[in-house]
Amino acid sequence: MFGVRFHGRGGQGVVTSAELLALAAFRDGRHAQAFPLFGSERTGAPVMAFCRVDDREIRTREPISDPDALVVQDPTLLHALDLSAPLVLVNTAGNVQAPGRVIIVPATELAREHLGRPLPGPALLGALVAATGVTSFGALEAAIRERFAGAVADGNVNAARAAHDSVLAHA
Amino acid sequence: MLSQLEGSRAVAETVARCRPEVIGAYPISPQTHIVEGLSTLVRTGRLAPCEFINVESEFAAMSVCIGASAAGARTYTATSSQGLLYMSEAVYNASGLGLPIVMTVANRALGAPINIWNDHSDAMSQRDAGWIQLFVESNQEAVDVHVQAFRLAEELSVPVMVCMDGFVLTHAVERVELPEPDEVDAFLPPFAPRQVLDPDAPITIGAMVGPEAFMEVRYLMHAKQRLALEAIPRIAGEFEARFGRPSGGLVRGYRAGDAETIVVALGSVLGTIEDVVDELRADGQRIGALAIRTFRPWPLEHVREALAGARRVIVVEKAFAVGVGGIVGQNVRLALSGLDIEVSNVIAGLGGRPITSASLRRALTSELPPLSFLDLNEGLVARELARDTGAPAENMLRDLAGRA
Repeated sequence: MFGVRFHGRGGQGVVTSAELLALAAFRDGRHAQAFPLFGSERTGAPVMAFCRVDDREIRTREPISDPDALVVQDPTLLHALDLSAPLVLVNTAGNVQAPGRVIIVPATELAREHLGRPLPGPALLGALVAATGVTSFGALEAAIRERFAGAVADGNVNAARAAHDSVLAHA
Repeated sequence: MLSQLEGSRAVAETVARCRPEVIGAYPISPQTHIVEGLSTLVRTGRLAPCEFINVESEFAAMSVCIGASAAGARTYTATSSQGLLYMSEAVYNASGLGLPIVMTVANRALGAPINIWNDHSDAMSQRDAGWIQLFVESNQEAVDVHVQAFRLAEELSVPVMVCMDGFVLTHAVERVELPEPDEVDAFLPPFAPRQVLDPDAPITIGAMVGPEAFMEVRYLMHAKQRLALEAIPRIAGEFEARFGRPSGGLVRGYRAGDAETIVVALGSVLGTIEDVVDELRADGQRIGALAIRTFRPWPLEHVREALAGARRVIVVEKAFAVGVGGIVGQNVRLALSGLDIEVSNVIAGLGGRPITSASLRRALTSELPPLSFLDLNEGLVARELARDTGAPAENMLRDLAGRA
């Protein structure tokens, strides 16, 4: 079982990120479960979402308290988060201290460049699958293209690929 | 077709394959995605013929369903929480009139205080309304049980509520096998209503019934529920024969055959419970679980038979009768009357509090009183009980914030 917890704010695509990862894992033939922990759905409010990936049926429904990877889509939440996880991916330009491995992803910048909108999810997912292999990049690309169409799909795939290749280049 | 889908969307797609002719619905979290999905299917012509009536309230939603069903249409709606309470008067009317409406309840807590998250208080508040109540454990079961619900409702002329955990299931994206439309058509024949309002042949239904027959009409609802005890497993068996997977039914045991301790629960928490059962089995404990899949009618004999070999029964439930204790627990105790089995009732997960495997493991491996509340912050309650001023919920939130 591989568990990922996503943190961000309402409107940043946090729930979509968890769902895209689940969709990608499904395309790889694996079992996956994505679910959000909502407040009342308000733009800007802190939002958490979860994704489990496994080779067998996933029965548990509890939130993931000890994730294998944490994805932080908004660095303004860092002060309030417990970053103890083997791997932490953060969308920021700054430095981040955490007990485990930290990967800094300029995801908003990549999204602006490739998509023209500051939606950091796909770039962070590209970096996540590069660092962990939890899904193939091909499956992630297919998931993005299933969810989005046309130029939006292309932009998101390109942002994801840029982050993915950057992580592999620095490995 | 095997898909990776949000639970609400899977239910919407499945309900559409059951070909409802009228849907009267009002959005409320966490049910909204289901009726949104259905309204899109109707608007785009993928579900036709079907009239989607966007009503002004849940009371109107159920009233529309009653009218449509009485006119001979296959009828569906969905709601949650306060919405179910708001339609309550019409909920009782639907069952009293014997109308086979199918309704999804995306289970959510009842206020006050207002809370949008999951527990079973809403469905439990209507447990004695004369509807059949089916609880599902996963989105696959939600899909499968909706198909069975229409068969059951129309065979018995009884309304059926399919209860699925709000957010936990409705908003979970997971692997689901959607039934093929032609297979659903073969399983679910067109609705042949036993009573039809027709302007060309006017009749009255729902007229006043005095003391001379009221008890008999109400007893009829009880008799129908007794018949459902036979129909539910038969329909589940036919479903399994056609679709190749077991879903629905009255109760389902998990590693319960030789168990000394059996955990009884409803809905999606069973997945977490089964994982904990496996862990405790690996530690050498003889423990199992029993899923209550049909809560109304109460399958008393099946519950008694499934639990009769246990020494200890622990009922974990997401609602409670204030001033009494557990609701499912009371029903289990009734089923076990006369047997020397210790029953403990654990109230858990109210208002969306996560039911964690760690807390479950702790509870299942300790001595339990007849009634307990999982992870209850007793200090917080004690502080508020000692106060004599202010709004209780806000006092308690301030206490929590001050301690953080």
